[in-house]
Parts: sequence; C-alpha cells; structure tokens
Amino acid sequence: MFDDFFIRALVAGLGVAIVTGPLGCFVIWRRLSYFGDTLSHSALLGVTLAYSMEFNIALSVFIISSLIALTLIHLQKRTNLPGDALLGLLAHSSLAVGLVVIGFLTFIRFDIMGLLFGDILAVTAKDIFIIWVGGALILLVLKLIWKSLFASTVNYELAEAEGLNPDRAKAIFTILMAGIIAISIKMVGLLLITGMLIIPAAMARNISDSPQKMVVYSIIGGLLSVILGLFSSLEFNTSSGPSIIAAALFLFILSLFNIKQSIKLKN
Amino acid sequence: MSSDQNILVKLKDAGFKINDKWLVKGVSLQVEKGKIVTLIGPNGSGKSTTAKIALGIYKKIDGSVEKNTDKIGYVPQKISIDWTLPLRVYDFMLLTENLDEETINNALSLTGVTHLKNKNLGDLSGGEFQRVLLARAISKKPELLVLDEPVQGVDFTGEIALYELIKKISDELNCGILLISHDLHTVMSATDHVVCLNGHVCCSGSPIDVAKNNEYKALFGEQASQILSRYEHRHDHVHTSEGEIKKN
Repeated sequence: MFDDFFIRALVAGLGVAIVTGPLGCFVIWRRLSYFGDTLSHSALLGVTLAYSMEFNIALSVFIISSLIALTLIHLQKRTNLPGDALLGLLAHSSLAVGLVVIGFLTFIRFDIMGLLFGDILAVTAKDIFIIWVGGALILLVLKLIWKSLFASTVNYELAEAEGLNPDRAKAIFTILMAGIIAISIKMVGLLLITGMLIIPAAMARNISDSPQKMVVYSIIGGLLSVILGLFSSLEFNTSSGPSIIAAALFLFILSLFNIKQSIKLKN
Repeated sequence: MSSDQNILVKLKDAGFKINDKWLVKGVSLQVEKGKIVTLIGPNGSGKSTTAKIALGIYKKIDGSVEKNTDKIGYVPQKISIDWTLPLRVYDFMLLTENLDEETINNALSLTGVTHLKNKNLGDLSGGEFQRVLLARAISKKPELLVLDEPVQGVDFTGEIALYELIKKISDELNCGILLISHDLHTVMSATDHVVCLNGHVCCSGSPIDVAKNNEYKALFGEQASQILSRYEHRHDHVHTSEGEIKKN
C-alpha cells in the first residue's frame, strides 16, 4: 500500500514527536526557543564534520551541539554580553563555519535542501534505530531530572533551597536538547527543529490547565503533525520538514479557538 | 540548653558580596530544633541575603555555613512565577516533594486555603498566594523552615492567625524556624532569639534584651522598644472589630 520509505519516515517521525513533546514544553516554560535555534544552527557544522570524517551524523551533531551549549554557558559567566547576543553570535558563526567547511568539501555532493528542511527519502532503518533508542534514553533521563528541572523552572531559589540541585538539572537538560536535535535533524531539517519543539507545545498550552496535561497534549499534537505532515508531503511532493511544521501550525490555529471560548466563559 | 545535635543550621562570620559591595557581613547565628530565630532590620539590611546564605542559595560566601538537615521548607520573599506555565495550587504543592492527597489537604486547611486547591496559581491574590506558599513549605514536614516575610499581603486578622500557626508548627513538628519580618510587634511575641541586622549584626539576644539595646533603639526609634511592653499586656484580651475589648 505505502512505499517502504514512507513507513520508515512515519516510524521515525512518530519517534521524534514523542520526545519533542515534553522537551518542547520545557523550551516554552524556560524560554529557550532561541537556544534551540542556536543548537540547531550549529548542527550544520556537526553534519559537515560527519561527512568529512565519515563519522555517524547523529553522534557528530550531538557532540558539536553539546560543545556549543557548553561554550554558551561558559561565555554567559565570562562576558558582559546579554544572553540573546551570545546566542546569535554562536548560532550564526557556527552556521557560517559549517557552510565554509561545505565549500571545502567539493568532493562530496551535499543535499543542502534536505539538510535544511528534512528529507524523508533519506531515512534509513539505522536512523529509526537511532531515533527510538536515543529518544528512549532522552525520555528516561528527562524523567529522572523531571522534579528538579520542573521545580527550578517554577522558581530557581525554591529548588536550590530545598535541595533539588537545579544547576545540575539545567546542564543535563542542555545535553538532552543537543540529543533531540541530533536525532531529529534528518526528519525535520536543521532550520525547523525548533518549530517541532515549540509549536506542538504552544498548541498544548492553549488547551491545558496543568503541566502534565500540557505534556500529554504536546505529544499528541506532535504525533498528529507528523502524520498529517507526512501524508501531505507524499501527496503534494513537498519537503517533509516544512509539511510537518505547517501541520503543527494548523493544529495551533485550531487550539486558539479553545482560548477564545475559555476567555468568554471567564467574562 | 543547646546541644550540638539540635543545631540545624549554623552561620559563622558569614558574609556575601556582589561586585565588591557587601550585602551583609560577619553574621553568626544558629537555628535549633523547636526554636524560632527572627531576623529584623531596615530595608536593605541583608535579611533576605542572610536567609539565602543559610539556605545555600548563595555559594560564594565568606565565613562558613554548617547545615545539618536536608528537610527544608522555604517561603521566599519575592517569587516571580512565569505564567507560561499552567500551574494549579495542587501542582505547586507537589513541587519539591511527592505528597499524598491527605497531607496536601491538611496543609491547605491549616493556612485556610483548601478552596483554592484546583485554582490556577496565576489567578490568586497576593494574600492567597502567600498562604499557599506557607502551606507548601509546611506540608513536607520540614526540620528547618525559612520564612522570608511570610505574611506580606495577608489581611490583619489573617496575619495574627498565621503567626500563631507558625508558632504551633514549630512546637508540633519540633522544627527550627528562621523568620524574617519587619513587623516588630509579632516578632517580639513568639520568638526565642532575635538578630537585628543592618549590614552586619547590630545586636542579638532574647526579645527583651534586644528591645533594651541602644543600637536597636537607634535603628527603629524609641517607640519600638516599647512594643514589647505593650505586647505583654495583650496576653489576656483581644480587640474585636467593633472596638470592644474581650477577655480571653
């Protein structure tokens, strides 16, 4: 009925959506959307290095993104520049360096569009393995640091005072962000990964009144976006990444009607 | 008498500075089980800073902090919660520890806010929020409670009731309390030990000793020292809202 590559893309996409759901909630709660952008821009450098050294892409992206994240934390402590300037600096310089490196690698043919916007044709069985195993690992670690991360998201000092070690949770969460970008880059493409994190979670915020509900709705929203997006990608022959994100946007717009209703009820 | 096992937290010559400016310096104090220690002092005298040093929120400090418990309940003075988070009172109660339904209900009813349990945190008034903060801090049955202006924004009758509750909790749980208040009136009534701060420790001791201290008088004015004597007359009666005086 469906081609193998489509089934593979679907399995991979659903795996990504389950992980981006809860992580996306934290990205919104902790106001990290530009941080997500910075990490995903730096992913290009990771990809080019993987190609040039014939290294696993996901692993290479994970390492480079983690290094960029650690550099950011270091720079935040050492300079007087505001956070957004540092994010922009790292995002664009790592993107530029990545593109320069591509220029040198003339012997390799790059599918730049696929890199930027995702390519379902490129999803292999090995990618699926990496997504599901890596994703399960990310969720497991997130569950372990959940209490501490959530408490410090609500209030850092409360978490610190009551012995929950928020700094450690923050550092681990940063690594998890690098991880999700590494495993989802093939599906969504590096320009749109942050969208996959934010849009389903933003949709969920509109229809939930507790953090747990928001996480569950965010996962459901992500799954629906992947299904809708991939089918329309097949139907209209569009890139997989933009199709998934557009589907997520569609769900977000639907969720806005719920807000209007609840505001009306309050009045 | 105090024995070393009863000490929950002990500050020795502790100080903290930001950009070469000392927020507070040379503070020594200790909180023991079942005792209430109160920090008083004008705005900017380092009361909250001292509490944060005791809690370990500020780490690069001068002097030393010795903490002998992990079971801590904290009511911060300022709390800015981001309302991008959908958070009900119920979720907030579970923030740092998993509690069962009954414990949560008990704590909320002690501070008189059971009816708010399923409300969104962002919809509470200042006083209601303060009561929820206090309920959360006591619900986990802490050994050490740090309360930074715990009754700000609470109405006057509620204020007295909450201070009585704090005293009761200290007795029942046998926990130590580090209380920050600018409300001399209540401070002097229920406290075992008062530390008067003004960037450093001005004076400290029992409420009576501190009230008599000249530096304390200089800081708060002559009238402040009379609060204690005025308070002591209040033991036997209450003032009703109609202005009558009722014997207990």
